[in-house]
Amino acid sequence: MSATHAVADTVVLTGRSLRHILRSPDTIITTAVTPIAMMLLFVYVLGGAIETGSDEPYVTYLLPGILLMTIASGVAYTSYRLFLDLQGGIVERFQSMPIGRSAVLWGHVLTSLVANAVSVAIVVAVALVMGFRSGAGVLAWLGAAGILLLFTVALTWLAVVAGLSAKTVDGASAFSYPLIFLPFISSAFVPTDSMPGPVAWFAENQPVTAIVNAIRALLDGQSAGGDLWVALAWCLGLLVVAYAWAVATYRRRLR
Amino acid sequence: MSTATLSPAIRVQGVEKAYGDLAVLRGVDLDVAAGSIFALLGSNGAGKTTLVKILATLLRADTGSAEVNGFDVRDRAGDVRESISLTGQFAAVDEVLTGRENLVLVARLRHVREPGAVAERLLERFDLVDAGDRKAGTYSGGMRRRLDIAMSLIGDPPVVVLDEPTTGLDPQARIEVWKTVRQLAESGTTVLLTTQYLDEAEHLADRIAILHGGRIIQNGTLDELKKLLPPARVEYVEKQPSLEEVFLALVGEQVPSAAGRES
Repeated sequence: MSATHAVADTVVLTGRSLRHILRSPDTIITTAVTPIAMMLLFVYVLGGAIETGSDEPYVTYLLPGILLMTIASGVAYTSYRLFLDLQGGIVERFQSMPIGRSAVLWGHVLTSLVANAVSVAIVVAVALVMGFRSGAGVLAWLGAAGILLLFTVALTWLAVVAGLSAKTVDGASAFSYPLIFLPFISSAFVPTDSMPGPVAWFAENQPVTAIVNAIRALLDGQSAGGDLWVALAWCLGLLVVAYAWAVATYRRRLR
Repeated sequence: MSTATLSPAIRVQGVEKAYGDLAVLRGVDLDVAAGSIFALLGSNGAGKTTLVKILATLLRADTGSAEVNGFDVRDRAGDVRESISLTGQFAAVDEVLTGRENLVLVARLRHVREPGAVAERLLERFDLVDAGDRKAGTYSGGMRRRLDIAMSLIGDPPVVVLDEPTTGLDPQARIEVWKTVRQLAESGTTVLLTTQYLDEAEHLADRIAILHGGRIIQNGTLDELKKLLPPARVEYVEKQPSLEEVFLALVGEQVPSAAGRES
């Protein structure tokens, strides 16, 4: 199997699942709706009582965490689509053809990146309407986008594991619920120093806080400092583990 | 390829496969001559699908060897995949895509030239031109199965495996599939067909093997298999039409034995 074939096959299969999304764009809308509702709730209902210790609008403080929630709920559709492909037998059809062995998985992963990028763009657009402003330069924006991309790839491979291992449709997307909840116990909504000891300890040492702080600093035009490296380490570590796990799970299915 | 024409299209020797403690195949031996229709007969759970999946490189045998078109399924998996096409038990078509898009998708993945033209020709051949631009999810069982078989013919694989191609189909759709299988064999393709319907094997196959208890317990032509039983006695029985014959007469289709006609 030549490498060019593997790339060409991945492109074909990515085109296929992107077409699925185009024919049911509700998956992108659904992904964006919950984070937008969350943003409205926190900015216009709860936000007035939240003391972030900075003078920027609360929506600006909130946005990084909301974007992580968007991605966490968006990747659930990857496991959902992969599960349906496996159940419908089309994965077996693809695997019995002379195509790149990993093309099926990469097709779903690349589709996830595109779909999540669109959802994230929708949420950012709504945040702009709600008063989100950033003085960051192009480089800082690219940096923030890069972290989000890395986060999406890592969570998507985790979604692949979930899709490959699931026994039911509900099970396929259930893995994302704790991920969507994780930003609540982080610096995403309120500063961690307002939390009681053990909760604050958990919040300060879980990946969402570092990622949120890094993106927040970048969009605020500041140096992200140590948070950036911690965030990158979490994302890369998760990516390596999730990828290896996904590939091992996939191979085991084909025995 | 001279070696491929001399040796059988499929050769299975001593294949065993167990899922945990459950031994599904306990030493299967099987040769399928090139260009023939070979029926693998067995009840539900006999291991037909397991054997088919081993041939299509989707599963690995625990022991034994299997060759497709002269290529070992373990060592030359890539060549095997070029040689064989599997039509699964549950008609794996993409329901969101149209019939035409399904064909183009497979044509691209099989790296054939002019995928669009290939798809067009197959839509015509399988009587799906009118439905070609409709989502496959809206197809009837028979159309869906025809699309499924059309997809597996792209790239002209010399060996086509049909895993229970008529399970769950109504009688008319069943006749459509039979007609397709005969046409395939006429064009020189080797067809391995698994089925749990005895009449299907009787109507279509050049040779029939019975898979039972994880082994091939009989293998021969229909006549050879019939000779295994005591010779026929002549009895006079009132000939009642079967319900299938009644059904097909009422809805205006011919009975299976005459199904080869052009419509």
